[in-house]
Amino acid sequence: MTVLVALLSGLVFALGLGLAGMTRPENVLAFLDLAGAWDPALMLVLGGAAGLYMLAAPLVLRRGRPLLAPRFHLPQRSRVDRSLLAGAALFGLGWGLVGLCPGPALVGLAGGSGDLALFVAAMLAGMFLFTRVEAPSP
Amino acid sequence: MASSPLLLALLGGLMIGAAAVLLLAGAGRIAGVSGIVGGALRPRAGDLAWRLAFVLGLLAGGAVLRVLSSETLPKDLPGSGLTIALAGLLVGFGARLGGGCTSGHGVCGLGRRSPRSLAAVLTFMTVAFVTVFLTRHVLGGAS
Repeated sequence: MTVLVALLSGLVFALGLGLAGMTRPENVLAFLDLAGAWDPALMLVLGGAAGLYMLAAPLVLRRGRPLLAPRFHLPQRSRVDRSLLAGAALFGLGWGLVGLCPGPALVGLAGGSGDLALFVAAMLAGMFLFTRVEAPSP
Repeated sequence: MASSPLLLALLGGLMIGAAAVLLLAGAGRIAGVSGIVGGALRPRAGDLAWRLAFVLGLLAGGAVLRVLSSETLPKDLPGSGLTIALAGLLVGFGARLGGGCTSGHGVCGLGRRSPRSLAAVLTFMTVAFVTVFLTRHVLGGAS
């Protein structure tokens, strides 16, 4: 059942990105271009999404366990460390170069663009590279 | 249907938030795209199916968007193939090293008032602002 929930969540997530215009990199870059014709749309997307989550997540967590799974899997780390900041900086550089982050890139694949397929292939390679340099798995 | 881009941005954001709440309430998981995909690249027993299902949902959503309005999805990206590949590598590696991307840190992390996520969002936004400023206004707008 968690599989169906995840499928539905991914679907709604993708449709939300599309409705918000965030599947188009030029709309993302228009937000990131403070010195150009700045477009605040991305702020409303993030604000709407994080705002709703902020209101609803505490109610969900108060139940003690998820509806269809044995327990919640929440990030445990709380310290701001060097890898967090370095990773975020590298991510920001890549995001700023073409205006794509992982969600919109995967959603956009359906458009059949070769450029997008290249981006996603490189992104997966980057993620895979991380699993190689991370602490070796048992 | 309202068609103001900013109103649609807010509505789309609320849908994304609802999708993230759904994943938390139903499966107990954080809706961070890079974490979900990255975890699937190093699967643990019993932990792969929901990840693949979420990604399948994203891809299916893309297919629906294509049918509804094909201009929603990008055709060509700015920059050369080399730039695109480099950007993809940085986004993939950086998101995993930094423990999340715009969805995991941005939507869920800020929504959970996590100090790590706030630091990550401020960092990647600042770097992206500077990157766009440099590529568009200093290096002559090749993109």
